[in-house]
Amino acid sequence: MLDNKETKIIKVFIYIVCVILTVLSILPFWIMIVNATRSTTQIQQHAVSLMPSTYMMNNFKILTGKSFNPMVGFKNSLIVSTCATLCATYFSTLTAYAVVVYDWKLKNAFFSFVMAVMMIPAQVTMIGFYQMAYKLGLTNSLLMLILPSVAAPSMVFFMRQYMIPSLPLEIVQAARIDGAKEFYTFNIIALPIMKPAIATQAIFSFVSSWNNLFTPMVLLTKQEKYTMPIMVSLLKGDIYKTEYGAVYMGLTLTVLPLIIVYLFLAKYIVAGVALGSVKG
Amino acid sequence: MKNKNNINAKYSKFGYIFVIPFTIAFLFFMLYPIFYTAFIGFTGLKGLGNTISTPGMGLLKENLFKNFKDVISNGTFQQSMKNTVKMWVLNFIPQILLALLLTSWFTDKRSKVQGEGIFKVIFYLPNIITAATVAILFGAIFGYPMGPMNDLLQRFGFIDEPVHFFLSKNIAQGVVIFIQTWMWYGYTTVNIIAGVNGISPEIFESAEVDGASRTQTFFQITLPNIKTIMLFILVTSLIGGLNMFDIPKLLVTNSGPDNATKTTSVFIYDQAFAGSYLYNKAGAASMIMFLIIVILSAVLFYIMRDKDEAALKKMKKQQDKLRLAELKAQELLNGKGM
Repeated sequence: MLDNKETKIIKVFIYIVCVILTVLSILPFWIMIVNATRSTTQIQQHAVSLMPSTYMMNNFKILTGKSFNPMVGFKNSLIVSTCATLCATYFSTLTAYAVVVYDWKLKNAFFSFVMAVMMIPAQVTMIGFYQMAYKLGLTNSLLMLILPSVAAPSMVFFMRQYMIPSLPLEIVQAARIDGAKEFYTFNIIALPIMKPAIATQAIFSFVSSWNNLFTPMVLLTKQEKYTMPIMVSLLKGDIYKTEYGAVYMGLTLTVLPLIIVYLFLAKYIVAGVALGSVKG
Repeated sequence: MKNKNNINAKYSKFGYIFVIPFTIAFLFFMLYPIFYTAFIGFTGLKGLGNTISTPGMGLLKENLFKNFKDVISNGTFQQSMKNTVKMWVLNFIPQILLALLLTSWFTDKRSKVQGEGIFKVIFYLPNIITAATVAILFGAIFGYPMGPMNDLLQRFGFIDEPVHFFLSKNIAQGVVIFIQTWMWYGYTTVNIIAGVNGISPEIFESAEVDGASRTQTFFQITLPNIKTIMLFILVTSLIGGLNMFDIPKLLVTNSGPDNATKTTSVFIYDQAFAGSYLYNKAGAASMIMFLIIVILSAVLFYIMRDKDEAALKKMKKQQDKLRLAELKAQELLNGKGM
């Protein structure tokens, strides 16, 4: 009986903490979205309001009347993230397939190497990367943001971990007996089996590419090439200093696509986070 | 057996063929830039539009390590190093404690929390939002004179006059620390919960039968069993923390008072791309960071390595040695006998 009472008190305490954390997670975005609909004067009087106002279109006009161009940023980010995700998932699966299915002399050495370089962050290679891009005349090319994703060591590692239990080698052998070419076997048989792993990794690859600020900030100097995160950084500039409503509008425009996608895929994303560390 | 080997040999070339795209992209976009960055650290390369091949930009002849020495003795670099370490440590501790607390609540069957799934989804939400957006949003929230934070504090009577938050070194750093914790505790929680769910339920059941309390169960059964996950989180957080860029770069203009929020990544960026174009100094700083990251991760892996497993290996080795010695002794005896 006593134990029951204690459990109840603990439970109430747990819910209180969880609700506080929930408010903390949502409130900043709520303030942002509501303020995107309020005029600068309203915001100056009271910066926090839970009720939306009617100045949404007005804010949008002020926002796009200056250097911030959400459509350009959206288009570039979409191109980069989509292509980078396709490259990363396809070639990582192909690389993992080479390690799992075939026996070759340097296989183990290759895989150890992949594991060793998994943790190297982009920041420490950036000076050399920039100089290389500059010499090739590719500093303002989106290709330099897409092609590096062909080599994604941590994704190769994940794909291998997933492939070992889920791709029986007998299937590959059966395909060979039926006369299938190796590349064909990979595309038609292995890729569909890997679909769940590819979906998880694709989401994370897409989001991290979409959110990447450092590399585009170093490489891109022309405004028509800007991706969303650099576009957002323009809101920090002097021209928007007094346009509070427009700044919140710009921030909302960059966040909204992500929040919508997250609402639909949240279950898979959270499950994918867990999968990544348990297996990786 | 021979037949199988033949088949393997026949197909093994495809192993090499299929890793070609990865290898080329890796060599070109990662390995070469690393060596190139290191190399630039030993040259005099600076100025917009210059490359190594520009006259006078080659290897430093008199003092090869000049850039490295300059960077290490540079006051701003030392400051940014201190900031980075401080901000990482102060965000990691509350983050991991909060995550462990939430884990112990969400995984305890005795006080099953309803809506665990929804809470996890909400706690993870900040992690998926563009960090650049988050930084500017918090910059606006802590804005002066009329940001939401000033508004709230005034409405509830905590302050009379609006406060210019980012004029204070501690508040500027504190906000960066808060944002980092806020963005990452959900991710850490989800990971640790997954680790705990991977532990065999029988262990927990037998602990319950033996009458272990909640706290005992958590410290003596749960924690030791999630060592690998903890290592994973520690290493990834450490490397991410040492490269902190988006939030400190965009939260406060010019890194705040006394470079309060300048991290080493921001330092590298500022050296190379924000007007001074000192690629050589930035290259040297990058390599220093690279070495620190490599050493720290190696040390962490060594400390956190499975001690039981290591002990087992050692024992096995000793046993092998013993057996070998026995064999040798026997041989010797036999030899003598003969």
